[in-house]
Amino acid sequence: MNFSERIYLPAVFKGMAITLSHLFRKKATIQYPEQQRPMSQVFRGLHILKRDEKGAERCTACGLCALACPAEAITMTAAERTPDNKQFYREEKYASVYEINMLRCIFCGLCEEACPKAAIFLQNDVMAPASYEREDFIYGKDRLVEPFLQN
Amino acid sequence: MNEWVFKIIFISIIFGLSLFIAMYSTYAERKLAAFLQDRLGPNRAGPFGLLQPLADGVKLFFKEEFIPKASDRWLFIMGPGLFMITALMTSAVIPFAPDLVLNGQTYSMQAADLNVGILYIFGVVSLGVYGVLVGGWASNNKFSLLGAIRAASQNISYELAMGLSIVALVMVTSTLSLRDIVDQQHGWHWNIIYQPFGFLIFIICAFAETNRAPFDLPECETELVGGYHTEFSSMKLGFYLFAEYINVFVSSAVLATLYFGGYQFPFISDMEPGMAKTILGACVMFGKIFFFIFLFIWIRWTLPRFRYDQLMNLGWKVLIPLSVLNILLTGAFILFKI
Repeated sequence: MNFSERIYLPAVFKGMAITLSHLFRKKATIQYPEQQRPMSQVFRGLHILKRDEKGAERCTACGLCALACPAEAITMTAAERTPDNKQFYREEKYASVYEINMLRCIFCGLCEEACPKAAIFLQNDVMAPASYEREDFIYGKDRLVEPFLQN
Repeated sequence: MNEWVFKIIFISIIFGLSLFIAMYSTYAERKLAAFLQDRLGPNRAGPFGLLQPLADGVKLFFKEEFIPKASDRWLFIMGPGLFMITALMTSAVIPFAPDLVLNGQTYSMQAADLNVGILYIFGVVSLGVYGVLVGGWASNNKFSLLGAIRAASQNISYELAMGLSIVALVMVTSTLSLRDIVDQQHGWHWNIIYQPFGFLIFIICAFAETNRAPFDLPECETELVGGYHTEFSSMKLGFYLFAEYINVFVSSAVLATLYFGGYQFPFISDMEPGMAKTILGACVMFGKIFFFIFLFIWIRWTLPRFRYDQLMNLGWKVLIPLSVLNILLTGAFILFKI
């Protein structure tokens, strides 16, 4: 080390200049609850059960999503469509109960890939919210099915 | 106004001001730390997070107070108090503003104009070590004791160099009274111009004395858990942390007084003694103090912590010989009137 390196002070001042320049720099902080960063296009968030263009549920309770699910988070019960609820479901069979346990779900997206009816998707802009109760993480159809399209 | 009444009021103001500045130093520390690291820092409590120190204080008061069973109970309680008292005592001899002349009566803006002001500061500051040592020893914890011993030996080592750097300053000013030292620095005759080398040594020692980075060795989380205050909780810990900020404030005041002309600013001698002069002088003084507090924080977030042997090397093998050299040089300058 030469003399100026050995007395350290030039290096100290250089370091201080660097930190001082950071004082005026734009901050990287995002004020989270008020201000949110847009999610990536390929982000896999909360599931949604889609409706078709007529507003009927696309899901036909074939069970392929549950089969594809590596975490076994999806359970469903199939039921047969009756004449009085015909307009709500697309085909003869539908899921009377469709539940995803968000504590088990690993958001891998295999259900989305397995679905032959394009009924289940992982949204890229909604995260599964936190909760204090375990029961709140079992998502039934009330929280999964897409709301009616407003035309 | 009776002089005693004035003194009591003045001392209470200085006391409150030290506490207030120390309180907002914690806020400034967090805020500046954040800014220097490209973050925003506390901004939830009140506008710009200005109520954060209050929230911190409330939190410290409401935390569980724990005293280890095997500790020396009285000393354990005394430690933080001692540290706090010594931190607060130092501000007594610092002249904060020019004399106030009202209705023909002169009020000194200094709690006590001792003719041995510098010695008083050194005496009180060296007592501060007891707070740390007593607290660390009374905890009955090996790591606390080690931390306390480190703190004590660090403080003592750096006090030597600090004292020697002050000797050179006293040779230039030929007085020990802080008021006289400030008065001598009228115009631009700041002591930093005559003693740049001594100032450098003094400020390094001031960092070490206040136990702040890069010399914050008494509290190395990795080796000593929390250092001397490992066992302290609630407001007793608060006292230790708080007193550190009071020390920073007082060190800044001492630095401004000794080397940067205290309340002196150009053209101050043209002003009539009165309210305006006193207030302006106080503003200048506090401006200088805030600059040094900023410097303390700035350096803390720039430099990494020393290793202990490096710290001791710097203190004993570098700073003490350098300050002796400074004394010799100053002596030669004075003797040959260069």
